[in-house]
Amino acid sequence: MSVDTVSLTGWGRTAPTTAVRFRPRGYEEAAAVVRGRGPRGVIARGLGRSPGDAAQNAGGSVLDLSGLARIGGVDAAAGVVRCDAGVSLERLLRVLLPLGWLPPVLPGTGRVTVGGAIGSDLPGLDHRRAGSFARHVSALELLTADGEVRTVLPGTALFDATAGGLGLTGVVLGATLRLRRVSTGLMAVSTERAGDLDDLLARFTAGGDRLPYASAWVDLTARGRATGRGILTRGEHATPDMRPAHAGRTRLFPRSGAAPGRSPFPGLPPLPGGLLGPAAAALCNEVRYRSSPRARTGELRPVPAFFHASDSLPDVRPLHGRGGLVRYRFTVGYGQEETLHRVVRRIAARRSPAVRAVLQRFGAADPGLLSFAAPGWSLELDLPAALPGLGRFLDGVDEEVAAAGGRVCLAQDSRMRPETAAAMYPRLAEFRELRARLDPAGAFRSDLSRRLGL
Amino acid sequence: MKDAFGAPQSLLVLGGTSEIALATARRLIALRTRRVWLAGRPSPALDAAAAELRGRGADVRTVDFDALDSASHEVTLGKVFAEGDIDVVLMAFGVLGDQARDEEEPMAAVRVAQTNYTGAVSAGLVCAGALQAQGHGSLVVLSSVAGERARRADFIYGSSKAGLDAFAQGLGDALQGTGVQVMVVRPGFVRTRATAGLPEQPLATGPEEVAEAIVTGLRRRSETVWVPGSLRVVMAALRHVPRPLFRRLPV
Repeated sequence: MSVDTVSLTGWGRTAPTTAVRFRPRGYEEAAAVVRGRGPRGVIARGLGRSPGDAAQNAGGSVLDLSGLARIGGVDAAAGVVRCDAGVSLERLLRVLLPLGWLPPVLPGTGRVTVGGAIGSDLPGLDHRRAGSFARHVSALELLTADGEVRTVLPGTALFDATAGGLGLTGVVLGATLRLRRVSTGLMAVSTERAGDLDDLLARFTAGGDRLPYASAWVDLTARGRATGRGILTRGEHATPDMRPAHAGRTRLFPRSGAAPGRSPFPGLPPLPGGLLGPAAAALCNEVRYRSSPRARTGELRPVPAFFHASDSLPDVRPLHGRGGLVRYRFTVGYGQEETLHRVVRRIAARRSPAVRAVLQRFGAADPGLLSFAAPGWSLELDLPAALPGLGRFLDGVDEEVAAAGGRVCLAQDSRMRPETAAAMYPRLAEFRELRARLDPAGAFRSDLSRRLGL
Repeated sequence: MKDAFGAPQSLLVLGGTSEIALATARRLIALRTRRVWLAGRPSPALDAAAAELRGRGADVRTVDFDALDSASHEVTLGKVFAEGDIDVVLMAFGVLGDQARDEEEPMAAVRVAQTNYTGAVSAGLVCAGALQAQGHGSLVVLSSVAGERARRADFIYGSSKAGLDAFAQGLGDALQGTGVQVMVVRPGFVRTRATAGLPEQPLATGPEEVAEAIVTGLRRRSETVWVPGSLRVVMAALRHVPRPLFRRLPV
């Protein structure tokens, strides 16, 4: 097991803190770290893609589980896989797709570990149909504060606290997942352009759930009548007869073990002031909007290209400057579209250089105590942390979201007030009570849990 | 914990009656800070400052701290850190002294040096150790442009600040990679109670401007902050002025 002292941040590169990082190679080594923890506790970390401080533990221990990445048994008949927590969804997809199966929930990025997907109860692009990640976990192995590895089954209080529990109930070491059957490795994708936010929401709802996977990019720099314009992308799994006639000999599934394409752009060093000003961002967005088709249906794309398109893009964080970036993800219920409108208008009016903004639609809430998804609309956006006055602005948005009965995603947060978090998550008291009972000494702690008093 | 914008949740002020420190505390309370420790010699002014900050919604406690009593720092500050994480320590204590009198009475001059330098060395090291153990935090050290180059008019104060400045820079380098940030703040002439009767100098600022610069510095994770920012250029030039000429300058 390798051990080092490192300064860690989330993907957003804000608020660095120093911790001792352990990289266990097996369950026993991970259990030894938990048993031999110091007074400042332990937290698990995967690929470090959470933008906030969820996987940091200042002055304590961080269990980096990205090395614990075995895919155990795949039961290709029943559609069940048993894998370690450090396996990324990207790799799981690559292994399972040739067998005709898919991970149960696919978000817009494959660079999430199974452990991270459980800890943040990740909602996929088809949340209305499938719910969040933990709904498809049939058992998980949890390393608890006493250093024991327990098998936790759905329906128990500990399972509901662990799903979306941000790693604060224990370290998820492995999980058994129920998979989704697919008949080809292709997606039939439809793309449409919407001229403003009302149009975008209307198009979202119009098609019903015929195309289950849906997300939209929103242009947050457009103002005036075009405020909230965007591109809606929806897809379904293609059936073999959807392929064009001349493609009779192309493979239904990609070859096993094909490596994903690497980004041709190496990581840039952070740029001092941040190159991406409001004008450059508006230009980027304009080009993106104009270059997308007005309406196109039935386009066939490989599954990884549909779900993980953003992973093949170069790392744009350097463009946000040395201050790093802040991701803000919130959800408001159906009927609260006015709040969504107001937030989009406020961001557009600030002329913030927001390039990435994703709108999604959620279905029924998940059983996890701190699960993020709730029926309604979810908007996720990235902003440079160095923008003057951004902290207060987002506090104001928090209030608006809370007043509309919405909530802000804890797993991606790096800036919320503790009072706001408590108001947005009514089951937090239950979560605290359960944590106090199972782990009275507070063995599992993160910077996020300290900051928000979880 | 500090948030993504460097706004702390807990603040320890050494020199709890300092106007700059209180202006900073007010700004930080408006952002995120909920717990404030005011360390200083017990006085009605300290209690009044605590009451004022309490009125702004913070949980304020005072602690008995004497910069001249270096031996007690470890115990006093250790108690504060034992109560919970401190995200930002603001070292704001110091005395200006009276140059003319201090030149006559060496013991008075030694007192200036002991407060501004020796006291800061022991308190700074104690705080740095505690911050290092918690793996995060910022130590904000209020230095002065007077320490950048000694002037005839206030070289006793200036020399003590020069020592403090060098100490803080070195400490910052020593703590590189431990998660602790040391930020040296070099204000010019600041209009406060202590400088009330003195003739104002060019590029003078008020406590509010210094506080604003400190909050911005925390957000940017700066190592050095000049207030006003133009002093960085001015002092870069003044530092290289030959001494015969510097003596004749009206600064």
